[in-house]
Amino acid sequence: MNEILEALVKYAAILAFMLGVVAPVMVWVERRGMALIQDRRGPNRVGPFGLLQPLADAFKFIFKEEIIPAQADKVLYLAAPALALVPALTTFTVVPFGPTFNYAGKEIKLVVIDSDIGALMFLALAGLGVYSLICAGYGSYNKYSLLGSLRASAQLISYELSMGFAILAILVSTASFNLLDVIDYQNSMWNIVYQPLGFLVFLVTAFAETNRVPFDLPESESELVAGFNTEYGAMKFALFFMGEYVNMTTLSLLLAVLYLGGWQLYPGWTPPEGIVGAIIGVLITLAKVIFMMWLFVWVRFTLPRFRYDQLMKLGWKVLLPLSITNLVIVTILVNKGIL
Amino acid sequence: MDKKLPVWVRAQDNYAGKVELEHDVDIPTWIVDSSVSKELLSDLYREEKFDMLLDLCGVDYPGREKRFDVVYHLYSFSTGKRLRVKVPVSEDRCEVDSVVDIWKAADWFEREAYDMFGIKFKGHPALRRILTHEGFVGHPLRKDYDPGKRWQLEEDKIYKPVFLNLPPEEDSMFERMTINIGPSHPAMHGTFRLMAVLEGEVIVDSDVEIGYLHRCFEKMAETHPWQQVVPYTDRLNYCSAFINNVAYCKTVEDMLGLELPPKAIWGRMVLMELSRIMDHCVCNGTTLVDVGALTNFWYFFEIREEIYSLLTKCFGSRLTVAGCRIGGFQHDLPPDFIDLCKHLLEIIPPLIEDIDKLVTHNRIWLDRSVGISAISGKEAINWGWTGPCLRASGVQFDLRKNEPYYWYDKVDFDIPVFYGGDVYDRYRVRMAEIKESLKIVRQLVEQGIPDGPYAVDDYHVMLPPKDMVYNQMESMIYHFKLIFEGMRVPPGERYGYLEGANGELGFYIVSDGSPNPYRIKVRPPCFPIFSTFSRLIRNQTVADAIITLGGLNIIAGELER
Repeated sequence: MNEILEALVKYAAILAFMLGVVAPVMVWVERRGMALIQDRRGPNRVGPFGLLQPLADAFKFIFKEEIIPAQADKVLYLAAPALALVPALTTFTVVPFGPTFNYAGKEIKLVVIDSDIGALMFLALAGLGVYSLICAGYGSYNKYSLLGSLRASAQLISYELSMGFAILAILVSTASFNLLDVIDYQNSMWNIVYQPLGFLVFLVTAFAETNRVPFDLPESESELVAGFNTEYGAMKFALFFMGEYVNMTTLSLLLAVLYLGGWQLYPGWTPPEGIVGAIIGVLITLAKVIFMMWLFVWVRFTLPRFRYDQLMKLGWKVLLPLSITNLVIVTILVNKGIL
Repeated sequence: MDKKLPVWVRAQDNYAGKVELEHDVDIPTWIVDSSVSKELLSDLYREEKFDMLLDLCGVDYPGREKRFDVVYHLYSFSTGKRLRVKVPVSEDRCEVDSVVDIWKAADWFEREAYDMFGIKFKGHPALRRILTHEGFVGHPLRKDYDPGKRWQLEEDKIYKPVFLNLPPEEDSMFERMTINIGPSHPAMHGTFRLMAVLEGEVIVDSDVEIGYLHRCFEKMAETHPWQQVVPYTDRLNYCSAFINNVAYCKTVEDMLGLELPPKAIWGRMVLMELSRIMDHCVCNGTTLVDVGALTNFWYFFEIREEIYSLLTKCFGSRLTVAGCRIGGFQHDLPPDFIDLCKHLLEIIPPLIEDIDKLVTHNRIWLDRSVGISAISGKEAINWGWTGPCLRASGVQFDLRKNEPYYWYDKVDFDIPVFYGGDVYDRYRVRMAEIKESLKIVRQLVEQGIPDGPYAVDDYHVMLPPKDMVYNQMESMIYHFKLIFEGMRVPPGERYGYLEGANGELGFYIVSDGSPNPYRIKVRPPCFPIFSTFSRLIRNQTVADAIITLGGLNIIAGELER
């Protein structure tokens, strides 16, 4: 019972942090970052430096009129935004975000569910996200939405495979499915050095998984108006939007955990024991996450987007072979005792 | 035909009594009987290498026995000659043979003439209205059509697409889907409607509908005095409004036989080149937005913004400048004009360089654009293409070099030509032309503003200065006459043309000596280009169609007038 309570408290804390801090701050960073790159000002009216702009946006979303297309499939149409946010928030539970510490004689792990199959659970939960896109496309009774959701499902399925292989290579070298073990394993050297190829594949698939430029085809606004979310407005649209940002955060965190040594400042340096060390650890992780998220924004405003067939080609003909090669190399090296 | 004899002599031999030469006109003009028009035009195409149909339009003369003239403007790339062919038809037998099988460009032009005048073209594959809607009654450019008349578009009259080139369905493994892109769609840069049949994401056939922005500029021009037409020309290609102003004013000035003072020519050239840069910036910027490269758009628009501030200083407005007057400018150029130009010359090149670094060699952009919607130079000419799009297909044709007007033969610049004919080369031509235009502006700025007046001192055309009006009897009379009657242009006709940002921008103007133009026909460069769109995007994906549209630089205001 206590364990469940503890997990719930941690989950509630994360939920509050993600929805209350990460999503709005990311929206702000994205818009201001975009403005910085594009030689503009960006939102600067609401609050200092426009920091309260996301709040104003949230109010706007809440008070907007709810419109449901007359011929839409109501159940699917309304379920889709929820289906986008829930898996996004759930995947977060299996990823550790800070070092374990003792408090009041009790060992507390900074991960909601410390599962021995954490990595597998992540893949399973991440795969659920595609249902929301399918529901949205099918439910809105709109050809553009349908095309967008078809693209999205094909894209997610193809890229999840490569992502799975990239993660598998890490698990092979760690010899554990537990993500805490993955971080411990990187004490000698981070995985990014051992498996640069795997890191690259994971990074690219992370962009594809979150539907960000250059892989934002499901919602490519110039061709498909807004893709799968064309018919969505008000808070329903905001839920999709939040789902995307939470996904981005989760994947950035996973990148930090899998390849960048989690809360290690440099390979081998872990924060000291105790609650202070835990806070330092969380901050270090956060710094890495922020950097990765800035990368997402940066890339978005630098690159054009692929065409659909080129994207599929990249997924199946380039990334999949690369990830398999990576897996084979890592397996051989582990077998020979080098890794 | 004997090759050695001049064209005209041979035509007289072959079509004795059916063809007449018109005298005292700007370009050679033949009046041809409608029974032999098709034969003669195809002779001209085959034997005389008139390989481009520049323009086709109707003119209405209600008093005449043969009421309508169908006017063809031809151009030959091998000899550089122009020819006008007029085919008069009467109201009751209002029919000529279609020339679509000779020049594909004729397709839309004939539909337009049918729409506007009710002239039928025998043998046209799909002769239906193009600029007005299906429920429209009457033909708006006929002289007896009341300009104030309005028609309501009824729901059941909305055009249902007919797909002419649809291959049989059994060849395909996909179920077909018809999708309607536009008229309100983020990538339709204005108001076009594209109806496409998709197999998967590939367009197997499409049909384009235009006319959503049609406001019958040509009819409006007929109801306004000469000078007041200028602001309407702004609304043609609104990305480079100033070039339209010049094209119109220059044509009328040529009809009047006016010699512009050097300062007016200088100012017009500088502002035209800056407008060209703006136009190319908008075109390339929006094309890149269509592939998701947002940042370049802002860099391009910063250039445009800076040029806007110069235009604002000159004319008080940004987009629709109404910069020219027939006879020069309305005001003098601002005193810091040169400094503003120098400032522009300083800030534009680094921005262009940034964009070059960001996308020109970007692999994703290359993958997206190279080989997309490619067209050969020969085919492009047949479709009536001009301007940057034609130069991207390897045809070196630029009126600034081929038939220099103003001082374009005195400045040093190159005509960039690329040979791919695809979206990427259209992009590259525009990028290169921005640099060439900068070169022209730089030379002119180094030369300095010429002294002297900014407009002609012919007071039949331009208002006399105020102090003269107040102090001199004659100036007062000129002022009164101009304000109350407007200027008079001697009867006659002229096809004036110059290199717009998009290609050959032509004004075919007929005057009957009255204070209003009798007929103005604009030859919008993107009209024939857009008629090719369905052919270009066949068997390409929706995403390709979108960037093709961006790269062609279709401006609704000019297309639909």
